[in-house]
Amino acid sequence: MITASFYFLSLLAIVSALMVIFLRTPVYNVILLVITFFCIACHYLLLGATFLAVSHVIVYAGAIMVLLLYTLMMLNLNKADEPNRIPRQMIFGIVVAGILGMILFGAISRIDNNQINITANGQIGGVKNLGKFMLKEYLLPFEAVSILLLAAMAGAVMLGKTKDPNQTIESK
Amino acid sequence: MNEVDQTVLSGITINHYLVLSIILFSIGVTGIMIRKNLIILIMCIELMLNAVNLLLVAFSRYYGDANGQLFVFFIMAVAAAEVAVGLAILIVAFHHAKTTNIDVFNKLKW
Repeated sequence: MITASFYFLSLLAIVSALMVIFLRTPVYNVILLVITFFCIACHYLLLGATFLAVSHVIVYAGAIMVLLLYTLMMLNLNKADEPNRIPRQMIFGIVVAGILGMILFGAISRIDNNQINITANGQIGGVKNLGKFMLKEYLLPFEAVSILLLAAMAGAVMLGKTKDPNQTIESK
Repeated sequence: MNEVDQTVLSGITINHYLVLSIILFSIGVTGIMIRKNLIILIMCIELMLNAVNLLLVAFSRYYGDANGQLFVFFIMAVAAAEVAVGLAILIVAFHHAKTTNIDVFNKLKW
């Protein structure tokens, strides 16, 4: 059952990721990427990382992809205004990425195959354990992340505001 | 709990997760190579980040160590900051050039 759901989720993630890069309509791409992220969140659940699964759905599907979709619709980019791709460039891109994948597969091919099962303790991904870890050993990075998020928010606001207060998006 | 986990995940090895995340990462790289839209490029970067996150969680489970999951948590926070700033830069670039096609932004090309 778990094995079947692993293969189903992997297949769904790979197919929707492929559609993300090959479909031409940006809104469809965002929706398909959300599907991929949900599959990855389900993989986290299979691995017992319940806290990460929940925060992955909240952060990625709930915040980041909504932000992307909002930007996409605000800039009115749904008309697929990407120019036609040069086929040579596309072929070279696929070949280069394929070579990279081959190199990575070659790197992992020396790992002893099918001998290592995922048999660790299932409790490590719970909120209790992770919260203890986060607030004891990782307290300083935890606080640094809050400063990072504050700085990113201030930077986004600074970048996003126009110099002329009368200038809006419509006044191109 | 431990016994149950051993039985239900017995068919899946760490190699399965390695292969899956390599495929997802390569799809992200392919998207970076063949797409021209800045928003799609940000999405492909997110896809690559998520492939690596998945592998970190799998290895964290494999070694029974919670450090990997904490790293994934921090990577998520950094990715959120990155997307916020990246989209702000994208909006500024769109106001400047009236397009999100990256072929327009070629001032730093050789």
